[in-house]
Amino acid sequence: MMLEVNNVTASVEETTILNKINIKVNAGEVHAIMGPNGSGKSTLSKVIAGHPDYEVTEGDVKFAINGKMTDIEELEPDERAKEGIFLGFQYPIEIPGVTNITFMHEAFNALCEHQGAEIMNEKDFREYVKSKLPLLHMNENFLDRAVNEGFSGGEKKKNEILQMLLLNPRLALLDETDSGLDIDALKTVANGVNTLKSKHNAIVLVTHYQRLLDYIKPDFVHVLYNGKIIKSGDKSLALELEKKGYDWLIEDHK
Amino acid sequence: MSSIEDKLNEDYKWGFETQIELEEFPKGLNEKIVTLISKKKEEPEWLLEYRLKAFRHWKTMTHPTWQYSKVPPIDFEDLYYYSKPKSQGDKPKSLDDLDPELLATFEKLGIPLSEQKRISGVAVDVVFDSVSLGTTWKEDLEKVGVVFCSISEAVQTHPELVKQYLGKVVPYTDNYYAALNAAVFSDGSFVYIPKGVTCPMDLSTYFRINAKETGQFERTLIIADEGSYVNYLEGCTAPQRDENQLHAATVEIITLDNAQVKYSTVQNWYAGDKDGKGGIFNFVTKRGLCSGINSKISWTQVEAGSAITWKYPSCILKGDNSEGAFYSVALTNNKMQADTGTKMIHIGKNTKSTIISKGISADDSENVYRGEVKIMPSATNARNYSQCDSMLVGDKCSANTFPYIDVKNNTATVEHEASTSKISADQLFYLHSRGIDNEKAISLIVNGFCKDVFKTLPLEFSVEAVKLIEMKLENSVG
Repeated sequence: MMLEVNNVTASVEETTILNKINIKVNAGEVHAIMGPNGSGKSTLSKVIAGHPDYEVTEGDVKFAINGKMTDIEELEPDERAKEGIFLGFQYPIEIPGVTNITFMHEAFNALCEHQGAEIMNEKDFREYVKSKLPLLHMNENFLDRAVNEGFSGGEKKKNEILQMLLLNPRLALLDETDSGLDIDALKTVANGVNTLKSKHNAIVLVTHYQRLLDYIKPDFVHVLYNGKIIKSGDKSLALELEKKGYDWLIEDHK
Repeated sequence: MSSIEDKLNEDYKWGFETQIELEEFPKGLNEKIVTLISKKKEEPEWLLEYRLKAFRHWKTMTHPTWQYSKVPPIDFEDLYYYSKPKSQGDKPKSLDDLDPELLATFEKLGIPLSEQKRISGVAVDVVFDSVSLGTTWKEDLEKVGVVFCSISEAVQTHPELVKQYLGKVVPYTDNYYAALNAAVFSDGSFVYIPKGVTCPMDLSTYFRINAKETGQFERTLIIADEGSYVNYLEGCTAPQRDENQLHAATVEIITLDNAQVKYSTVQNWYAGDKDGKGGIFNFVTKRGLCSGINSKISWTQVEAGSAITWKYPSCILKGDNSEGAFYSVALTNNKMQADTGTKMIHIGKNTKSTIISKGISADDSENVYRGEVKIMPSATNARNYSQCDSMLVGDKCSANTFPYIDVKNNTATVEHEASTSKISADQLFYLHSRGIDNEKAISLIVNGFCKDVFKTLPLEFSVEAVKLIEMKLENSVG
């Protein structure tokens, strides 16, 4: 077991967004969380990553740390990240004046330090990052630009996947990574995500559309509506949703 | 016991006091004290006259009220105007003969002075309360003709230069504290870089206030002769006390044809505690005169201390093609108040000025940028670029920008950009979600914000500045 979301109810400013959610994710699995806008998909990934605006009022989130399922309520977001949880942002944030490479280097070395590994010097780190760029069709000049500043939508998403590949998380939560991408960029991003796939890693994709799932094959699909999981299934559920939309599922839950 | 308060107090690690026997003049300010200071320093008659004129002028002035800061009334009769370590005697000594207590003080502040330990590549003049204790690397500098000594010494050894330039850039009539400083200045640094000489090392002055209830009034004069160059650095600290203390300095810089002076400050006077008790009132007049053609003066400041700061390092661009620059990071936290900025006065043709100001306010503090760009009728093709950015940390602090632009020549180009931002929770969460802890995250964001200024500092200074800013903000965010 890698991640266990047990009966989680979460709210922001006293509005309940998630209502008794249960999900279990094992290493090696790919899960897709789907649902119409405003269903709570993004909230779920933020709650797992530890966003301070969301309060878990009921239930708990457990994550495998040193082989043991551990309640992570008390862990700060940076501690969760260092344990191997990665959140790919739907809207990556700009940090003016800080170069991409400096930012990634800080993150990478924080991880090294946590794992008791030796930190990497600037030169070696740059070489390491450069080795990942072709896969994402990214230029080296990305590294010396300010974090996400002036990046196009596609560039921002590629930059998220680049960070994911550098940090090699055990659990990648990718929030609407496909939104705003043209088909070529979508393929590139999917290709990047697929290189993370292994029996040691798990991926949770949060997405509105099934087209991403043509490129990243999910093992499980969950449909979220009004903060509840109203249906779970395999890949065929996503295809059914594409054909029929969400309405036939939602009817019973209105 | 380790309360939050202890933690906060720990943060000002320069706040210790040196226990040392002092020689002080009685408290209070009158012509007798002014005369006593002058006599003590065996000054020539013209300088005593100058001081007395300044004092009489000061008596006619009232305390300024235009500033944004709230300044409690200052009792000028209740201050010591002259205080020095007794062990110093009346004549300057070699640094190796200093009282071991004083050597230890500066060593603790990170400024080793003894011959074996002194920092290579930087000459340091150390000013302790009212006197300069000495200057390192003096002999080496003399070999290339560079004069770097205390201003009291320069009055004796280079009276013609002092007489020619003192008060020429900042006349005592300029403002209240300039008048006060001219009357009672006790020491400071003097620099003369001869024609065509690039100063072989950085010069720096370290100001330390130690004695209680004592005002520090230092005076610095830097003269860069034709075609010369110098990089000058300034640092300052003071003990942590519950009473406010006054520091009213005057700095004058003159550059002749083709000369360049870069002046950098890391100001870290004690800022008071979190309730605003104690701290230094830092009321400083700094001004440079680009008197020669193609000459350049740049001011870089990192203002991170003092309970109240008023400071406007300025440039008078008189020589044709001369250039002035002002790069500033001003950080305020707790109850600090900073009102700082610059004046760029364009007189010569093709003169150019750049202003980059970054204000960071946290907690209950107030941070003001106040600047003036003046293009005189004679300044054909003058250019100015100003950028003033403010960053707010938390929601109880304030940032204000008061830019004044006065253009009297229509060939001028003046640009002004301003922005206000907050360290957003989103930025912090983004960095946290990558495993970067809160402290590092803040430091990344703040460094990114201040980058354009930090890159103008000499390397070792910029490392110190970054650390200082990080430390100050640690308790204010998150």
